[in-house]
Amino acid sequence: MISEKLVKDVTVELLRKTVTRMTDDVVNELKNAMKNETEEVPRMQLKAILDNLELAEKTTTPLCQDTGVTIFYVNLPRCLDVDVEKGIIEGVRTATKDVPLRPNAVHPLTRKNPGDNVGRKMPYVNFKVWDKDYVEITVMTKGAGSENMSQLAMLTPSQGVKGVKEFILNVVLKAGSNPCPPTILGVGIGGSSDIAAKLAKEALLRPINKPNEDAEIASMERELKDALNDLGIGVMGLGGKTTVLGVNIEYAFCHTASLPVAVNVQCWAARRGTAQIFPDGKVKYPTHER
Amino acid sequence: MQVRLKTPISEEQIRKLNIGDIVYLDGIIYTGRDEVHIHALEKAEHGEKPPVDFNRSVLYHCGPIMKKVGEEWFMVAAGPTTSSRMNSLEPKFIEKFRPAAIIGKGGMSQPTIDAMAKFGTAYLAITGGAAVLAAKGVKKVHGVHWFEFGMPEAIWVLEADNFGPLTVGIDAHGKSMFMNVDAVVKGNVEKVRKKLKIA
Repeated sequence: MISEKLVKDVTVELLRKTVTRMTDDVVNELKNAMKNETEEVPRMQLKAILDNLELAEKTTTPLCQDTGVTIFYVNLPRCLDVDVEKGIIEGVRTATKDVPLRPNAVHPLTRKNPGDNVGRKMPYVNFKVWDKDYVEITVMTKGAGSENMSQLAMLTPSQGVKGVKEFILNVVLKAGSNPCPPTILGVGIGGSSDIAAKLAKEALLRPINKPNEDAEIASMERELKDALNDLGIGVMGLGGKTTVLGVNIEYAFCHTASLPVAVNVQCWAARRGTAQIFPDGKVKYPTHER
Repeated sequence: MQVRLKTPISEEQIRKLNIGDIVYLDGIIYTGRDEVHIHALEKAEHGEKPPVDFNRSVLYHCGPIMKKVGEEWFMVAAGPTTSSRMNSLEPKFIEKFRPAAIIGKGGMSQPTIDAMAKFGTAYLAITGGAAVLAAKGVKKVHGVHWFEFGMPEAIWVLEADNFGPLTVGIDAHGKSMFMNVDAVVKGNVEKVRKKLKIA
């Protein structure tokens, strides 16, 4: 049976797995980067990153102290009579104490910190209703260092594909050493200002070894990754061949007079996790099966 | 060059360091980020002192995850935060409080580089996100000040034990590894634009 209590317990376990264990797609890309780098400075940085991941997993400790603010994406079966949001909120409160997570959520103006990562509209839960019979909860625990480097541009249609690429390049240049490179770029093209920003973040939910299904978009992802790695910003901004681990693009149709583009910059510590709660109460964590 | 330094660290010891050198630290270090900079400088303006003495000690740009067991605090995860957020306050902070070194990630802007050269301060870069490794270099948590600003924004008094490896990212001679990389990146931009067919 799916219940509020079960949702709470699953949220705690999902957060624990997400902040302590990196998904394989990111680990493999970091290992590829290590193979590719020849200079001592980037190799030392990558070694620290890979050693840290191993140690965090072994000791079930948050791999980065910035466990982010908790943003959830939930798919709900029709006619489910359970307050899933309440279960998630209580789960975040408990996880903050038990995992532990860093209490990051503060009032935006007074900067007051309640200490439990719960406040007005936080955790933030995005809901969708779907035709399947199970609940799927996905969470991103994203640090502020990279989130602070994210940008939105309202381009004109005449700026076209060139304008989109130019904007993405400028975001990476402006971010420089700040977002804990190598980064993953989530790009949202089209929609409207709010939709582009939302798509940019949702693009980061896709594993980096899985290109966009649209062949043209997939080729743009490859082209950007390849070119941006020639910039030489490198791991932690200390130079080298690895500036981005991946570029994920999502798009939506937009107004004929608009070309919104948003880039969500994600640090190498790209922590995301998914849980599935089935009608019989069984739970799966497809992103963390190991 | 690789060195092991113990706080307090003299100006002479810091002036010996050059960008690219590797440092390991022992002794008392303090965490401090946005709120610590704002409030320590505010206090200084009113002729008051912050609760700890940063003089020839080390300031760590870090908002850790801590856990209290009984009456004692333990460090769970403690990687660096983005130093550039403190760019506008750091030159004044260095002038007022004279830390020997600042640990962080991502480097800092020219006015801070200048202040570091003037007052004999080094910037030590630690790998961002590698928070469990960093916490291994902390032997003991001696206390906390300004906890009312929240766990990440408080001043944590830490005893470092072979804390590192730290890379000298900015030395006390006005040199910055990050600025050097910036110059390389600027030189690469046109090549990248051509590759993207936007040149």
